[in-house]
This record gives sequence, C-alpha cells and structure tokens, in this order.
Amino acid sequence: MAKKRKPKLAVWKFASCDGCQLSLLDCEDELLAVAGAVDIANFPEASRRIVKGPYDLSLVEGSITTSHDAERIHKVRRMSKFLVTIGSCATGGGIQALRNFKDVNTFVSQVYANPEYIETLNKSTPIADHVFVDFELRGCPINKYQLIEVLSAFLNDRKPNIPTHSLCIECKRRGIPCVMVSSGIPCLGPVTQAGCGAICPSYNRGCYGCFGPQETPNTGSLSEWWQQKLDVNDVDIVRAYRTFNAYAEPFRKASEAYEK
Amino acid sequence: MSLTEKQYAPKAVVARKDFQSLLDALLSQKYEISGPVVRDNAVVYDRISQTEDLPIGWIDRQNHGTYHLSRNKKKSLFGCINGSHTWKKFLYPMEKLVLEARRDGKKIELQELPNEEPRQALIGVRSCDLHALQILDKVLIEGPYADLSYSRRRKNLFIVAVNCSRASGNCFCVSMDTGPKATSGFDLALTEVIDDDNHYFVCETGSESGLAILKQIPHHEASVEELAAADKAIQNAVSRMGRSLKTDQLPEMLQRNFDNPEWEKVGQRCLSCGNCTMVCPTCFCTTMEDRTDLSGQVMQRWRKIDSCHTVEFSYIHGGSIRSSGMSRYRQWMMHKLAYWPEQFGTFGCVGCGRCISWCPVGIDITEEARTIENSE
Repeated sequence: MAKKRKPKLAVWKFASCDGCQLSLLDCEDELLAVAGAVDIANFPEASRRIVKGPYDLSLVEGSITTSHDAERIHKVRRMSKFLVTIGSCATGGGIQALRNFKDVNTFVSQVYANPEYIETLNKSTPIADHVFVDFELRGCPINKYQLIEVLSAFLNDRKPNIPTHSLCIECKRRGIPCVMVSSGIPCLGPVTQAGCGAICPSYNRGCYGCFGPQETPNTGSLSEWWQQKLDVNDVDIVRAYRTFNAYAEPFRKASEAYEK
Repeated sequence: MSLTEKQYAPKAVVARKDFQSLLDALLSQKYEISGPVVRDNAVVYDRISQTEDLPIGWIDRQNHGTYHLSRNKKKSLFGCINGSHTWKKFLYPMEKLVLEARRDGKKIELQELPNEEPRQALIGVRSCDLHALQILDKVLIEGPYADLSYSRRRKNLFIVAVNCSRASGNCFCVSMDTGPKATSGFDLALTEVIDDDNHYFVCETGSESGLAILKQIPHHEASVEELAAADKAIQNAVSRMGRSLKTDQLPEMLQRNFDNPEWEKVGQRCLSCGNCTMVCPTCFCTTMEDRTDLSGQVMQRWRKIDSCHTVEFSYIHGGSIRSSGMSRYRQWMMHKLAYWPEQFGTFGCVGCGRCISWCPVGIDITEEARTIENSE
C-alpha cells in the first residue's frame, strides 16, 4: 500500500502579535508528533523552508487592517483546502479593533512622526468578514491544547471538541468557586466562551473575556447585575467589553449600550 | 442494609478534643477523607487529614448571587452549611475516561481500564446532600443502566453526616422535607453543640461500619441534657430557613404553566452560563467526548459533566431543540420540580439553595415558582 502523503500545513500572519502561531511551537511535548503528522510546508516563524502551495490546512493568525492584506487573504484562501483562523485578531478583529470605535486618522496623526507613510483601513476586521473560514479557534492567545485538538480532528476527519458554551462550565469543572459570588469581583466568564481553562478565576481574578462571546451571551443581564450589585460604573463596563474581542458583535453591542 | 435505630441506641457524645480520633480511625481504615475546607473565599470539599483543615470558626452568609464567609466567635468546626460545589464529584467525577482503543495494523483493540475505585470518607455531609446522594443512587444505580464506577464508589463510601444547627439565607430543606436533621443514609451523624465552655458532638450511628468506627473513638453515652441541647440546635436551623417552596401540587402547577409569559422574563435574566447545574447536587447530565491522538493510533472516550444550559445539549440532527435561554431555563427548572417526580418518584431538588447563591445574577428557583403560580 502506498504511504499516505502527509497533509501540507501553512501558517499565515496578518495584523497580530505572533503569539498564537507561536503556540504551535510552544507545543513542546507534542511538537514532534505534529511534525510527524503534517508537512510543515510554509511557516516562516519556524523554518526558512517554504514549499509551494496549495496547502491542505492553513492556520491564519491576525486581522485585516490594510487593503494589501484584504487582497492577500483571498490568495491564501485560494491556496488552502481548509482554512482555520486562530486567535482573537483573526476571529474577532483583535485589540487593534479598538480603532473601529474612533476615527483611525486621529490615532495615526498622533502616534506616528510621519503619518504620511501609514496606509491603513478604518477598521480592523476578522478574517471571516473577507473569506469563507472552515473553523475559528478563539483565544488571546489560543490554548495550545485546543490547537492540537483542532489539528488532530482535521487529521482524523472528525469534528473538533471545542465547546462554545460559557467559561463557567469549565471553571466549575475545575472546582473553582465563582469569584463574582464569593468575592464580588466582576467577571466576564458567564458571557465568555470556554477554552482557556479558567485561568483568571483560578487566581481569584475575574475573566477578561479573551476567548470572546459564548454561543448565547446575555451581556445585558450581566451588565445590569454588575451595575446594580457590584457598583461597576458605565465607563468600567465599556472597558470590560473593549479588550481583545471588542469588535465581536455581542461585546461591541454590550459596550455601546453603556457608552455615553 | 436497613438498621433500626434501636440497634445503635443510645446516642454517644464525642468531645471536641477527641474529634481528631475520628479522622485517625478513618485513616487507619485506609479511607481517603474529604471534608469542607476554606479556599478562595468559599468552602470547597477537598482532602483533609487534620481537624485544623476544617473551616474552624467560619460561617457562610448566603443570599441571591452572594456567598460570603465571615468569622464568628464560636470555634465551630461545622459552622459553614454548604460549599461552592457538591459531594457528587467524589462519586461521579467531572471528567472520566470510559473507553480507550488502540489501532494495531488493521485491528482495533479495546484497552483494559483500571476499575478499582477509591475508598472514600466524606465528613460534614448535610441532610439535603444525603438526600441528593439517594436521588443520584436512583438514577445511577437503580435505573436500567447502572453506572458501575458510581456503584463501586458508593459502596465503598463512609459518610459522616452533620445535622445543621443554622440555616443559610437560601436554605429550604424544610419545604423539600430533606432536612435539616439527617435521618438515613449515613454511617455516623453528628450534631455539633457549643454551650458556654462545652464543645461536643452528639453522635448517632447509622451502620455497622459506623458503629465500628465509633468504638475506636473516646465517647460516652449522651445524657438527657446533651440530647436536648442537640435537638435545640437542630430546631434553630428549622426555624431559620431562608426560603420556602410550596411543593403541594407543584408539578401540576408548573405543567399547567408551560406557556406562562413569566418564563420569558426569567429567560431575559438567565445567563445560560450553567452555574446552577454545575453546583446542583442532583444534576447528573453528562456528555461524551471522543478524542484521538495526532497519529490516529489511539482514541479515548471521555464522559464529562454537562449542562442543559448549553445549545449543544439539546442538539439533534439539524439543530438545537432549545435554542433560547428561556427554553433552557424552563427545561432545567421543570425537570427539577415537575418532570423528576414522574421520572424518579422524588423532586430533583433538595432545597440546598446552591443554585440561588451561585447564580451570578441571583435567580431564585423558589421565587420563580411563586411568581409563576401568582401570575396564573
């Protein structure tokens, strides 16, 4: 029997910090297994060897912030059989989507010494706004075990076990007492998707919402409770929703509801 | 095994200073002991070996969406009523490997999984939680598909119950007829009494193994005064129930009100976060997760505690049956109070109040039942 060709993997970067693609290198114990299972064909962060496309699986990190990238993502899509976006930038626009709430030209003129060299779009947008995405893996950064799960599911032709429910379920499975109930700490866990392993509540901190909105986020009810019972003011409610997933629709609407 | 109270009368008294000998006796019988401990501003149930591991001098204040620990002057061992999760995790783990298979050429071989279960002793189980364990027994042992791991763990279990001498703001065991005094399902049951300079436990025996352990601990026969003090402590809890639920005709009332518009209102408050199900001592729903390794040589099936508040829970071909938060909350509450009696012959609620305390937005199952009835 002829040996099955190893699937070709490519990793692409758009506007991002590189943290998510580095999660792949951070797999340590599993890295050799990953290298054994796929042909790492295009991953500049890891190797100078670039094998030409098409690719069986593309991991896409980052958001679209320039017209150049808005074109490039279509090329990536055309070269990819499966396209999986990884991380909050790629799935929700990232922290750089904070620009979406203001006029980007004001930032450019204040931040850069020579603004005339800067060519950027008004908004930072997720990859799925531009091309069809086969699967979105959330997180800022992504969880490496979830990344391996997605790769493993892809290699074995099955659905990835990536839950879309609230962080609370993951938090309670770990036996962590709810920080909102026991300590009065505002926590985004109830409206945030599981996946990180409830890192912040395990250190008695509220969830920051790095994994974006859960499948049916009831931000209205949560914000109201924060305001009425935990004395959180409007400004802080807006700030809480405006971090790494500020432009993900449920969080965007939640923050806009409290913006004066 | 049913044992009449007569066999174990009279009740004994164990002095506070001898409490450690109870733990020592259990340790000498190779039990893994778990009990209430304070962690992250709440009581959790975890492994203990020393009396000092218990929440000495702490009490819990519970209300809608709040759980606060505070110090009190009494150095009680069991001043905190219940914790942020339940005892079910010791019998029915949050995640459990149930199947493993390996590929060997073209063959697929099932792996033998270890089936030895730990010998556990639980210290400080309240009457509501004892009833919850009996409900889980009905579902997981007495039903048509008995869970072997649960059965084995349950059989190995030694329970030291504690009768409540105070009630939290969210307790309603009196309404559910599940407490505050433990009446069955324990090996030993303690009532903690602190009078002036006396600090002791009135101890009732509920099984042969309970009696065997008691014999290893310094104790004396309870006097009339000591028994009266214990009864008075329990009466204090009875009179301080924070909540109540009218159970008479409750399933019928809820069934009649399936389309009551009040459900929409609670649906708007419900976060669909699943906390109520995770902290409920009778919620037993699980999901199965099949995993493979990267090479496709090993597969594992994991059973994970699930929640009916997720969209995937009711997913069948083509979509989720309960797509709105309202329908999921209604399903959860109706199951506890309306469907469970039909299914298992008891309510699925024991009045522990955890779902009220640990709901991040303080939704109260007793209040919701009342609202629905009043709006009829």
